[in-house]
Amino acid sequence: MTLARTRVRGRVGESAPRPDGVPKVRGEFPYASDLREKGMLFGHTLRSPHPHALIRAVDVTAARAISGVRVILTERDLPTRERFGLMKRDQPVLAEGRVRYAGEAIAIIAADEADQARAAAKAIVVEYEVLPPMSDPIAALGPGAPALHEGGNVIDDVLVVHGDPDAQAEVVVQGEYEVAMQDQAALGPEAGLAIPTADGGVTLHIATQWLHEDLGQIAPALGLPNEQVRLILAGVGGAFGAREDVTLQIHACLLALATKRPVRMSYGREESFYGHVHRHPARLFYEHGARRDGTLVYVRATIVLDGGAYASSTSAVVANAGCFAAGPYRVPNARVRSVGAYTTNPPAGAMRGFGAVQACFAYEAQMDKLAAALDMDPVELRARNAVEDGDRIITSQPVEGSEPVANLLRRCAALPMPADEVAHPLRAGRPWRDPLLLPGGAGNLTHGEGIRRGTGFAAGFKNVCYSHGFDDVSHARVRLERTDGGIRARVHTAAAEVGQGIVTVCQQIVRTALEVEEVIVETPDTTIGSAGSSSASRQTWMTGGAVLAACREVRAALEERALARGRAMDELAALLDEPIERSVAWRHRPTEKRDGHTQSHGHVAFLFAAHRATVDVDLGTGLVKVVQVATSQDVGKAINPQAVVGQLEGGIAQGLGLAVMEEVLLRDGQVRNASFTDYLLPTILDMPPVVCDLVEHPHPDAPYGAKGVGEPPTISSTPAIVAAIRAATGRELNRVPVRPDDIVFGTVARSGWRIVPGSDPAMAARA
Amino acid sequence: MNDVRLRVNGVARQTAVPDHESLLTTLRERLGLPGSKNACEQGECGSCSVLMDSELVCSCLVLTAGADGRAIETVESLGADGLLHPVQQAFVDAGAVQCGFCTPGLIVAAYALLRENPEPSDLEVREALSGNLCRCTGYGTILAAVQRASRAMYRR
Amino acid sequence: MAVHVARDVDDATRAVAVDERAELIAGGTDLMVEINFGRRRPGALVAIDRVQELRGISRSGRVRVGAGVTYTQLLADDAGSAALREASRSVGSPQIRNAGTIGGNIATSSPAGDALPVLAALEATIVVRSVRGERRVPFAEWMTGPKRNGRARDEIIVAAEWESAGPKQTFMKVGTRNAMVIAVASLALVVDASRRRVGVALGSCGPTILRADRAQSFAAGVLDELGWERQAAPTETACAEFGALVASAARPIDDVRGTAAYRSHVLSVMAARALARVAVLG
Repeated sequence: MTLARTRVRGRVGESAPRPDGVPKVRGEFPYASDLREKGMLFGHTLRSPHPHALIRAVDVTAARAISGVRVILTERDLPTRERFGLMKRDQPVLAEGRVRYAGEAIAIIAADEADQARAAAKAIVVEYEVLPPMSDPIAALGPGAPALHEGGNVIDDVLVVHGDPDAQAEVVVQGEYEVAMQDQAALGPEAGLAIPTADGGVTLHIATQWLHEDLGQIAPALGLPNEQVRLILAGVGGAFGAREDVTLQIHACLLALATKRPVRMSYGREESFYGHVHRHPARLFYEHGARRDGTLVYVRATIVLDGGAYASSTSAVVANAGCFAAGPYRVPNARVRSVGAYTTNPPAGAMRGFGAVQACFAYEAQMDKLAAALDMDPVELRARNAVEDGDRIITSQPVEGSEPVANLLRRCAALPMPADEVAHPLRAGRPWRDPLLLPGGAGNLTHGEGIRRGTGFAAGFKNVCYSHGFDDVSHARVRLERTDGGIRARVHTAAAEVGQGIVTVCQQIVRTALEVEEVIVETPDTTIGSAGSSSASRQTWMTGGAVLAACREVRAALEERALARGRAMDELAALLDEPIERSVAWRHRPTEKRDGHTQSHGHVAFLFAAHRATVDVDLGTGLVKVVQVATSQDVGKAINPQAVVGQLEGGIAQGLGLAVMEEVLLRDGQVRNASFTDYLLPTILDMPPVVCDLVEHPHPDAPYGAKGVGEPPTISSTPAIVAAIRAATGRELNRVPVRPDDIVFGTVARSGWRIVPGSDPAMAARA
Repeated sequence: MNDVRLRVNGVARQTAVPDHESLLTTLRERLGLPGSKNACEQGECGSCSVLMDSELVCSCLVLTAGADGRAIETVESLGADGLLHPVQQAFVDAGAVQCGFCTPGLIVAAYALLRENPEPSDLEVREALSGNLCRCTGYGTILAAVQRASRAMYRR
Repeated sequence: MAVHVARDVDDATRAVAVDERAELIAGGTDLMVEINFGRRRPGALVAIDRVQELRGISRSGRVRVGAGVTYTQLLADDAGSAALREASRSVGSPQIRNAGTIGGNIATSSPAGDALPVLAALEATIVVRSVRGERRVPFAEWMTGPKRNGRARDEIIVAAEWESAGPKQTFMKVGTRNAMVIAVASLALVVDASRRRVGVALGSCGPTILRADRAQSFAAGVLDELGWERQAAPTETACAEFGALVASAARPIDDVRGTAAYRSHVLSVMAARALARVAVLG
């Protein structure tokens, strides 16, 4: 029975406006860096300039003397020896006698003014004994490599064995690939405000992806029970994985407790580059075997992920890379060895697509090599092998509730191509096209000379939600109440809104399930149970699922009340003299743990997408202009079509960045480009028009059939763009980001190691 | 400290600032206008964009003490009496706001563009907004928002 | 007061003369970055962005562009130099172009400064003034090293001057993104048909803006044959040789923005295209 008298606007399936849109366009939305509290102090961090060193002495005397400095803490001053970390608690709150990456925190300072805190950091004298860096993850895995942590340099090691791992095939292609380090570069740098409370605890206003995970690391480090540490979500300026790890949370709380004053910590852009984890750089060694007719027989691969100084979420990235190493294809036989190594490079952790991005670049390059070897059309080869419901991936898990990937590929291929071909240069030499439309842009490098256009395809996939037996749960509380203005609902979850629009999704679900238009989304905090992280494309599925389940319980309670009072269910004003509130802890169907060969139903479901990219390349300068990206993505159900398109386009922008311009440049563990001057993000002049084809193939286990959408756009967009560049240039391009040198000189990236695909990288031999 | 007089969003303001303070810091910390955002502090992202004497600039690169007498317009000057400016409304309607950190800067830049060029071509919009980074949207919805605002403002 | 807003050039020259700590600030697009990051803390600042005298462009005979002219102004009025307009369009972003000045580019003297190869190729003269009077420095003598030039501490750049060189000129810049990039390599080519002179200047390929003398002579020879006033395209071979000569004049290094090998290569490509392009302009 419908409850509402008039049609409720903003329901599931509509492009409802986001509830925080108005404050954001007014400049009134409070981000973590906008928070102010009376009497607050400014916190700052002293960081190591060396990637690897022993700390012999730390002298804070001069720093303490600086006017305005209230407290300086080093590891000696910490209340506990607790370490933190997402999956392994391997990271000290402040470096303990040893520094493992350039940028590691040595000391923290609180002062009356930010300038004073910074001056104090400069005045701290640290005596380092510099040690040699360990920058090569493959070397780090080798026998004889010095152990960077107790237990050696392997963070995690996943073996996938499927069918006959030693199968042979008629047609074989091999390749070595490299994915460089990408940074999430969320526009809002890290910020938080810690306020000590009367009970000896602390309240932390924080921009984060997972309040409860942060809490679980902060409280032990502070030596406080969980109940004395409260986290409240502050406005988040983007995340993309950078906020999944603890950054300044423990530091800000320590300073607040030490000074008994509110303390704000706020990173600048340079510090932000040092202060959060990055995408795992990867070296991938692949071999594909197929029959003459294009049917895939086997994939063997060794994937080495550079985990950097601390483990963060490397274990999950390693597992993802392994599980998804063969791509969205039927591959009856596989051996994949995926290993994450400690090095003295900056720590790597979650970034949109994690593990699947790196693998996709490699396997899609392989598929194009195979197509060339077989003289087959690249889309045809893929479609021939692409999975659909019932097919198993190399972990033996069957695909369910998904659009056949061949359909996605064909739909993508059929999307309209971009209009103009670049014409040949005119004799008159007069520019006929604005150079802004051409590679090199306002650099005025070409008016048509030297341009060649190419088009490339890729398909990719990844899991949604967490995997391998993780007990994922999201809590939601929904309240239906009567006010002077009418009937309204309130929904409370701890789901971090990071820009992706989970706040809108929650509103839309409540509107649809309870037929109430006014829905207030309460501020996420730790007074309610965990909603899990805003990552793994999982919030719509999990928190949306929780909210929907809570709504159903509210509705059931309403029905019961109506029955008890002998009223119709839609007599809301009468029935809601007392509000109805229900809380739910919602779980997905359990997944299976991994076994030694990673053969299990370890994932909740899969997300699939296909991309097509068209690029113009200036063969003379090696500069690239992406002219168009087209995508067909199985979104399950677009709860908010406009928001879904926003996620797809935004993800493609990040994929474009990784394809042609984004790289944290490292030399011996030192970051060489920690600024937006030299870490280049795509501007509006770099992003092309995107054609989005949203395919709605609902998944039976997801709320309204809606799958996650955030990650697939970053997974196969990068390989599609590189495939297009290969088509235009004939270059091998085995590395991303592609640099002009690679196009102009045909440079092939070599790790310097020989690794048999599928074998243990610890057995690598020098090439 | 330097005494500085500015006309900010149509209102005469006076404040004392240290020699080296940027206009961005002054707006956010002294003048109660935190709408302009600090994402890079070096003029590479446009999140701090304001109009200074009607020209679009990065407020992080303006020395407040040297800007005495200037007229400043921030995102907070747009819209009135609870209503959004058409540019703001267009960003909301076009779904051009995700995390929103870039949004104030973009709105100021779009407003500046449309004031000078009411019916810009796609390329003109792109060039005008080329100093504003967005990490969330991929810019497609932003382009749509600017064209939507142009139509709303000039009834195309 | 440690920040002085100058009303005119004399006011500015006096202010820097009396205070040894004083540094100049116009658009602030370079200096404010240094200040924001705590890398520089001038003891005193003289703001010259309100000095009207510095914002003029005049074109009677000799071209004179005031040091306070912004890149946005140059996009509207390029002082008759197409290369300057092309360079201005490539600078940063609209925000940077609205504030950044040609004088700032000259003062910072970075080899990556976008206007500088153009000024070099135009054989511009830098005009500086102090309480001691005015000095004129040919651009060829202006830059002494990366971010170093011949300006005395108390001198203010007031203008750049050059003889109008006609339409046969262009500026090109390589960057790995389509907006807001610092040049990996840049090139200005000016063919002054009326004076039978070729100017080629390279940016981001050495410690200063470099000239390519042999390439210039070679191009002059090509134009002698083709006819300076005509709009005739040189042969591909001639353009390629010109490109090679330009590349050989560079002293590029490997750095975070690019490799020496790439810089050399791309210079040869840019130069070849530039010659083909300007030769047919009229």
